[in-house]
Amino acid sequence: MSAVLTNPALPPVRESPGLWSLAWRRLRQDAVGMVSLVVVAIFIAMMAGSYFGLIAKDWNKEKGVSYANPSFLAGSENLEARSMGAKDAAAKAPPVDLSDVDPLAPRYKEWEERAAKIAVTETKRSEVLPFGGDKWGRDVLQKAIKGSEVSIFVGLSAALLATLIGTMLGAAAGYWGGWANDLLEWVYNVFTSIPYILLILAFAAVAATSGKFGKGILPIVLILSLTGWTGIYRLMRAEYIKHSNREYVKAAQAIGASNWSRMFGHILPNVSHVSLVQLSQHVVGFIKAEVILSFLGFGVPVDMVSWGTMLAEAQNELVIGKWWQLFAAGASMAILVTAFSLLTDSLRDALDPKLK
Amino acid sequence: MTAYVIRRLWQMIPTIAGVILLIFFLFNWVGGDPAQVLAGKISNPEQIANIRKQLGVDQPYWYQLWVFVQQVFTFDFGRSWSTNEEVSRILLTRVGPTLTIMIPVLIIETSLAVLFAIMVAYVRGSLTDRGIMITCTVAMSVSFLVYIIVFQWLFGFILGWFPVQGWSESFWKNLTTYAPLPIMLAVFVGLAPQLRLYRSFFLDEINQDYVRTARAKGLSEKKVMLKHVLRNALIPILTNIGISLPGIFVGSFLLEVFFSIPGLGREIITAVNRSDFPVIKAVTVYLAVITMIINLLVDVMYKYVDPRVSFK
Repeated sequence: MSAVLTNPALPPVRESPGLWSLAWRRLRQDAVGMVSLVVVAIFIAMMAGSYFGLIAKDWNKEKGVSYANPSFLAGSENLEARSMGAKDAAAKAPPVDLSDVDPLAPRYKEWEERAAKIAVTETKRSEVLPFGGDKWGRDVLQKAIKGSEVSIFVGLSAALLATLIGTMLGAAAGYWGGWANDLLEWVYNVFTSIPYILLILAFAAVAATSGKFGKGILPIVLILSLTGWTGIYRLMRAEYIKHSNREYVKAAQAIGASNWSRMFGHILPNVSHVSLVQLSQHVVGFIKAEVILSFLGFGVPVDMVSWGTMLAEAQNELVIGKWWQLFAAGASMAILVTAFSLLTDSLRDALDPKLK
Repeated sequence: MTAYVIRRLWQMIPTIAGVILLIFFLFNWVGGDPAQVLAGKISNPEQIANIRKQLGVDQPYWYQLWVFVQQVFTFDFGRSWSTNEEVSRILLTRVGPTLTIMIPVLIIETSLAVLFAIMVAYVRGSLTDRGIMITCTVAMSVSFLVYIIVFQWLFGFILGWFPVQGWSESFWKNLTTYAPLPIMLAVFVGLAPQLRLYRSFFLDEINQDYVRTARAKGLSEKKVMLKHVLRNALIPILTNIGISLPGIFVGSFLLEVFFSIPGLGREIITAVNRSDFPVIKAVTVYLAVITMIINLLVDVMYKYVDPRVSFK
């Protein structure tokens, strides 16, 4: 009678995939998006490697002759290096004997002896470098890697900061409405009524004179993010207005979630894909802006190398036929920016399939 | 209509006040003490105090703000800190060269972009379309700097078609000799993003019902595209031109720096380099005002482009 009740095997509970896993699944099917993701990942790995000194550690060492040829152009003539070499040789030639008029002449011998005791290692400067050398004989390839570290770091951190500012202000304006909204809209109108380039330059002028924006690459990160948050603010505000009246937010309120928790615990995860796409878009824009600002001398300090400072040197080099620095900086930037733009497009498609 | 314009002008007042406050906050408060910079390395406290007095930065903030407001409304920003030229004179003389470059750029760029965009949109999805779009994406990823350096070197230095840089007193000589290369560069660089954008505007229109109706009526493709699609797509295009219009006063400062064009853009760069605050402040405030007025004009123009728009 009492047969053993065997529980029929329940179908395994299938968790419904969330926004991010769905987006990841869609992104994986997008060949262009995956290739760009890999390229971007390589650049970021390069940035990290160079930051921790794993690669391009001695970019600042003068290893080659001035304007050393790239190894694939090893045979071609290098007039600049020869003239520099001639200058060096002239400097090393024995000086004209002035001992009869020179009051220091009696001590020459003593100095020479002392000088001989100090070991001077003369580095042999090579004629060719893998991708050529710059004016001081530094390896252009390593310079480009170090330069991408600075450029990408500036782009990423400025975009992160701008997204943070834009999201916070957008959330405040959209969620609270009222006077908070009026105030922030006013600030937004003020910032956008000044042409963007002019706003950046005004901030740059102040940063350069006052020094209150910090040292190193901090000023440029601050300049870019403090002027570049407006677009993100506008989008996030619209999203927050849309979401703050949705039922799930009302439900959260009913169970006693605080305003803070509703803004950032409930609404933010639902709109974060918008800020992610914005973040990615702004990285590209800021990398381009950093290059131009550094070129003009308002960007990274002179003792650092970025794609912009490389291009600034390249302008004069091109006239004497040394194209490799221009090519190295221009091409690495073009590859990263193309990959990042394509990745942004794929991200947007993956995160918001309705848009297509 | 008049009521609308008056209300818009009225709404500009808080924004202009905000711009004045922002600029004041930046330059007079964050900017710190410009006297230290201007006095240079050989300075003694007496000299710095003197300069501070001359610039008026020894006064309390509320008084400095009042002076600044007066400057804005009397168009008198005093003299440049570095060249002692009157700021208003600097602005008036530098606008000409910038517009000599930027107005042709705007006209050529917009007409070419609209023309190409409608052609590309017409063959949407084809290999040509995809090829052009990929070319645009790649072209956009190369820095403007690289284009300028290479073009200047190639067309000015190697081929010698244009002067490498320079500017003259005569408008015609400028327009025919010195301006073509910068204009060509700006058009070349600006074309790719605009083409992409305008193509998407045309694509939005091409799939609309009224286009199908026009085709069903038996209109020729030329008529459908040029009369129906183009006219409707002009509305977002107009907005885009309106957004970029204020920029023509700043010009492409990079072009002006590279080609030694004595325009506003180069003046701003020089001013930033020399911490010449009066020049930057004046340019920023007035360009903000110009931007607001242009935005209003664009909004009014909608009425004539799109009769459905009504002013509320």
